[in-house]
Amino acid sequence: MAKVDENKEGIKGMVNPTRYGIERFAYLLMRLTGLGLLAYFVAHIYETSNILRGKVGWQEFLAITQTPEGHIILAIVIGMSVFHTVNGIRVMLGHGGIGVGKPARPDYPYAPQSQNARHKIAIYSSIVLAALAMMYGLAVMFGE
Amino acid sequence: MTSEGLQISKEESGIIVSPTKTITLRIFRYNPKINNESKFDEFKIPYQRWTTVLDAILEVKKHLDHSIAVRYSCRQASCGSCGMKINGRPALACFTKISELNSDVITIEPMNNFPIIRDLAVGFERMFSTHKKIKPYIINEESEINPGTKEFLQTPEDVEKYIQFSSCIKCGLCNSACPTMATDSSFVGPQALAQAYRYVADNRDKGKDDRLKIIDDSHGIFRCHFAGSCSQVCPKGVDPAMGIQLLRGYLLGFRD
Repeated sequence: MAKVDENKEGIKGMVNPTRYGIERFAYLLMRLTGLGLLAYFVAHIYETSNILRGKVGWQEFLAITQTPEGHIILAIVIGMSVFHTVNGIRVMLGHGGIGVGKPARPDYPYAPQSQNARHKIAIYSSIVLAALAMMYGLAVMFGE
Repeated sequence: MTSEGLQISKEESGIIVSPTKTITLRIFRYNPKINNESKFDEFKIPYQRWTTVLDAILEVKKHLDHSIAVRYSCRQASCGSCGMKINGRPALACFTKISELNSDVITIEPMNNFPIIRDLAVGFERMFSTHKKIKPYIINEESEINPGTKEFLQTPEDVEKYIQFSSCIKCGLCNSACPTMATDSSFVGPQALAQAYRYVADNRDKGKDDRLKIIDDSHGIFRCHFAGSCSQVCPKGVDPAMGIQLLRGYLLGFRD
């Protein structure tokens, strides 16, 4: 019985981004974009494997991606890639203890140094860059 | 003294009497010894600007329902006993004023990631066992406790490296907020990891290699994804997320 065992919120609690600020939202986006990119990677391997069917088979399959729906999916993939890369650099540096602040005697009201302005700027930047990249991608794909 | 006289004397003395407001407390009720059903009981109680959530719960216990199970002790955010989920976010009940919550209804639940004993009281056995597992003490064969032996001197800079993390009161709020702990029952947790850093960063300690081996586990430090929720809820400014990342810096070779 979960309640007595641990009273865990489970995945529902893990994915709830509303309670702990932008860092928790970035954590959720990082996981979602990671899963999205994994799914794209599998689909991409399947797509490119169609070359084994010859030139006609390849072009037939490629035509499926040259639709408005295919362009939107590709724009989402571009956004996921940019966010995951930029935020990933922030997280990787943080994992090495870089940019997370220096330990010091805390003064009230406590503001966690590990959630400093540089991290918040990096998170917002990764979201903005992802949005810009998506818009550019959509402009290129639909502008043909 | 007439009411008019009382009013005049208050005005003359300069005391500002805050008007009493009413709040609805929704308190989680669950007793595994009776049945497996949980429910929320609602209580309307008066409060003042300075009333804490713990004061409100004790008011309910005193006048409305004495059977509510709640753990508390110091009432000043020092003992770490009254951690609970207040309007969905882990916090110390004695350190949270009702007036700060900006809500007419306050929902109070037991902390997540801890087994419920009854109502708002949760079991800390697992957190204490993981805390113990990381050897939360100075490991050094030369002891400063025994008389006539070596005294360890530290500069203020040496102390600054770990003093923040020694403020941990083991309230469990960080473990309750952690998204990894929400799904992984074996994760060592931010409380224990931050305490591992506290001792690793102490230059009197010689147990760094032992501790790094303990936390370099499949459910150890690499399960932390730096969501930072632990630091957001810490009532003592410990910043477990910083300690964990600095500790991981040792494992990844960024620090000596």
